[in-house]
Amino acid sequence: MTEITAIIVFSGLALLFGLLLGYTAVRFKVEGDPVVDKIDNILPQQQCGKCGYPGCRPYAQAIVNGEVEINQCPPGGEVGMLALAELLDREPKSLDTNLAEEQAQLLAVIDESTCIGCTLCIQACPVDAILGAPKQMHTIIAQECTGCELCVAPCPVDCIKMVSIPKTVTNWKWSYPSYQY
Amino acid sequence: MIQNFWKFHGGISPNGHKNLSNQTKIVQTNIPPFLVLPLLQHIGEPAQSIVQVGDKVLKGQIVAHCRGNNCSLQMSVPIHASSSGTVIAIEPRAVPHPSFLTAPCIVIQTDGQDTWTERTPIANYSTLEPTKVREYIAISGIVGLGGAGFPAHIKLKPEGIDTLIINGSECEPYITCDDRLMREHPHDIITGAQIIRHVLGGAKHCVIAVEDNKPAAYQALLEAAPESVEIVKVPTVYPTGGERQLIYVLTGKEIGRAQLPATVGIVMHNVETARAVYRAVQLGQPLLSRTVTVTGGGIEKPQNIEVLLGTPIRFIIDQCGRKLRIERLVMGGAMMGLTLPNDDMPLIKTTNCLIVSSVKDIEKKPKPMPCIRCGACAQVCPVNLLPQQLYWYAKAKDFKKTQDYNLFDCIDCGCCAYVCPSHIPLVNYYRYAKAEIRASELERKKANQARQRYEFRAFRLERDKAEKKARLQQIKANSEESRKAAIKAAVERNQAKTIT
Repeated sequence: MTEITAIIVFSGLALLFGLLLGYTAVRFKVEGDPVVDKIDNILPQQQCGKCGYPGCRPYAQAIVNGEVEINQCPPGGEVGMLALAELLDREPKSLDTNLAEEQAQLLAVIDESTCIGCTLCIQACPVDAILGAPKQMHTIIAQECTGCELCVAPCPVDCIKMVSIPKTVTNWKWSYPSYQY
Repeated sequence: MIQNFWKFHGGISPNGHKNLSNQTKIVQTNIPPFLVLPLLQHIGEPAQSIVQVGDKVLKGQIVAHCRGNNCSLQMSVPIHASSSGTVIAIEPRAVPHPSFLTAPCIVIQTDGQDTWTERTPIANYSTLEPTKVREYIAISGIVGLGGAGFPAHIKLKPEGIDTLIINGSECEPYITCDDRLMREHPHDIITGAQIIRHVLGGAKHCVIAVEDNKPAAYQALLEAAPESVEIVKVPTVYPTGGERQLIYVLTGKEIGRAQLPATVGIVMHNVETARAVYRAVQLGQPLLSRTVTVTGGGIEKPQNIEVLLGTPIRFIIDQCGRKLRIERLVMGGAMMGLTLPNDDMPLIKTTNCLIVSSVKDIEKKPKPMPCIRCGACAQVCPVNLLPQQLYWYAKAKDFKKTQDYNLFDCIDCGCCAYVCPSHIPLVNYYRYAKAEIRASELERKKANQARQRYEFRAFRLERDKAEKKARLQQIKANSEESRKAAIKAAVERNQAKTIT
């Protein structure tokens, strides 16, 4: 008799918890993977494609899927790679040398005497940082330019150059103190 | 009535070298042949030039203004011409900033006449609304003259302030400009304090704090002060003059890093700032000059001198007489000053002292040695931080850990570096870490902005595609309809023809 009771009680509990789990799985389902969001927050958002993926979010998704290593982002640099390593609890790896060199962020500049107003660069810019219209002068909004270099290739007259951001008293910062003992 | 003082943790008592320069009265400067006025001499937004090359300007005329001409709503103040003359250039010039880069400046060639523009002092400030007086202070170009250069009107919003503290401690070695100012113009300072009190909506307490190594200044203020202004003598320790340190000494209140003193009802201003407020409101004189201590072994006659803003530093040093070739020139005090690469730079609003050293004044600086974990730095930190830990983590570039150890509470006073037996330049590490953290926060903000623009662009392209599709469908539907209507009309015409 007690065996039957035990079986009934445990089956009942299993049924109850099973229902509860099923209900919460449906009611609290999260769209997308929150880890992807966290990785995306660390990536520099240049949408440049240097990692081989069409943007930062696809790269984040690929990392979660396990398709790619965390050392594929040159604009993020070593700092970015270490942040990813800490978030995902993976071993830090030095940046892939096959990709572009890590460098300070550059700024795109259009040579206005050469621009023909073809809008090809405007269509290429992933953050809409180029102002212009067909047959009108194009110009780059320096504040919004992320230095991804995607506008340089489409230009038919090669009038876009990447320059380093000029140092002023407002964007200067103290350098790392290094001393010889 | 302040009865007793609190003592903050740590602090040091270096040799003040005050009697090098505090024995003589403040001297008026001569007019230099040209003035260089940087557009950014304060913390906040730079002013924008409103004159052009070739314009003639009068003394006290505004040459650079804030956006929209309303300074009292912004973290900015206008720049005035310190003397009459002609604008000969508006271009980047070397400025006394730690980067040693150039910054936009207005260069005025003086005509020696020193002709004033029209001055409009406020006849009776106590009858005027506090906001009006505050706007007047903003438009007079007044910034914190104790060294930080915060636009003065930012701190003068009347929001429940019950204590106004005027800072006359002047704790840094070598600087004596506030000392002489308090001795010679105590009434100006006190009137300035009263005006500030009025702007704050009438603060209950008004205190002027003087370190006890300045007995003559204390006496002069005591004699000039009315009942409503209290003069107190605080113990001489560096850095008593720091805003949060002085507030703690006088009131025992500790202010969290993210808070402002205004949140506990306290506002603090330097004595020279108070005097500048007096001059602006009572005499209609905007901020055109300030008292500067010119001292050091390399100067013939160390003294305090009232200098027109924008005067080239070389001109000031020549007026005081240089002994030998300048080996080192420091702008500021011995603890927190900036070593300048040359004397071609202009004097700006926040310059309170120039220390000139010739070769025989400089001790050979010992090379830094490894940290021996002695803990002397933690014993002297006035903010009660752990400089040793901050050093190790900043050195390792582990910025998260430096923030865990309260890096941003550090006031860059230099007490830790002063006592370090290994002569490690500790403050340079903290400045580096703070700059890196600020830069990465800015990058994060920019990245978020870029992500928003990217996502909006994707949305915009989708929306354009959907709109185009809808438009095409509409046209197709219209053309279907018009085709059907044309067919119907043709059929009707045919039927009409057959019938008749």
